[in-house]
Amino acid sequence: MAIAWHRARLAARLPQTATARSLVFTVPGWPGHLPGQHVDVRLTADDGYQAVRSYSLAAPADGDRIELGVQTVPGGEVSPYLADDLPSGADVEVRGPLGNWFVWRPEQTEPVLLVAGGSGVVPLAAMIRAHRRVPSSNAFHLLYSVRTPDDVWYGDELAAPDGHLDVRIVYTRQAPSGSPRGAGRIAAADLAEPVTRLGATSPAYVCGPTGFVESVASLLVDMGRDPATIRTERFG
Amino acid sequence: MADDNTHLDGNCLAGPLSEILSVEATTAWWRCPECAMAGPLAQLQVYGPEPGLTARCPGCAYIALRLVKEGRHIWLTMGSSTGAFRFTV
Repeated sequence: MAIAWHRARLAARLPQTATARSLVFTVPGWPGHLPGQHVDVRLTADDGYQAVRSYSLAAPADGDRIELGVQTVPGGEVSPYLADDLPSGADVEVRGPLGNWFVWRPEQTEPVLLVAGGSGVVPLAAMIRAHRRVPSSNAFHLLYSVRTPDDVWYGDELAAPDGHLDVRIVYTRQAPSGSPRGAGRIAAADLAEPVTRLGATSPAYVCGPTGFVESVASLLVDMGRDPATIRTERFG
Repeated sequence: MADDNTHLDGNCLAGPLSEILSVEATTAWWRCPECAMAGPLAQLQVYGPEPGLTARCPGCAYIALRLVKEGRHIWLTMGSSTGAFRFTV
């Protein structure tokens, strides 16, 4: 039985970076979802032409409201329109929730490693936000790779004190002045400390561009992590 | 979606496969008949979206499945053989 397409109405648009937006839609009849799941968004032009793209859900289930993260892809067919042009109150179609593999369930009790590249932080944000609702939970360790300090999504939220979340941000192009770590891609040294906080079966969720995900996953395997504990999602 | 030079992974098949399967597909286990690598469908390498989606073994690139949508029809080929199932949706 096919998962239904739902009408989704744009309720709010929040800037995350110069080119990234959080979009909140109201979706009558939305069945709820798990942190890490995604939706397919379908746009239909006046001439009937349709385009479908996948976007991660950025927040835990909240009635008929869903939040997506949209990073503008220059020259893209869909993302610039969603990010900046879709009028508030306009409708698109969404199909979901989709995917049961790249998910975190609140009943999981091990410490968790989250590794994000760029907008790959979106499904991990849903996990972090869901984790905050669980009392006396084990810690989440987020390692978040961005190009520059201006490219951080959810900045205030990640900076807020949280005894169950530690956040490390790695800058690949330009680090803040005075930062002890220079700019550069994630290396084993960046993963070493958070990995020591994990148990043998603790899951690692890695999401980002394909090259980033491949690189981080092989670093983790080289560090002795069981490949079966590493869950990855690539977005091209 | 991916361009010609890169790939996504099987997570992106969740929506397209939901059109023809009643059970969520990305957690389905698969073992490569060529190199014996095993894992969930979510971890296959997926190329596309045009002319269709091709899911390959991450170990040896053996084709696990191909999915092509054409109007009201979805064509599903399992493995690297010819011969497809045509679903009407």
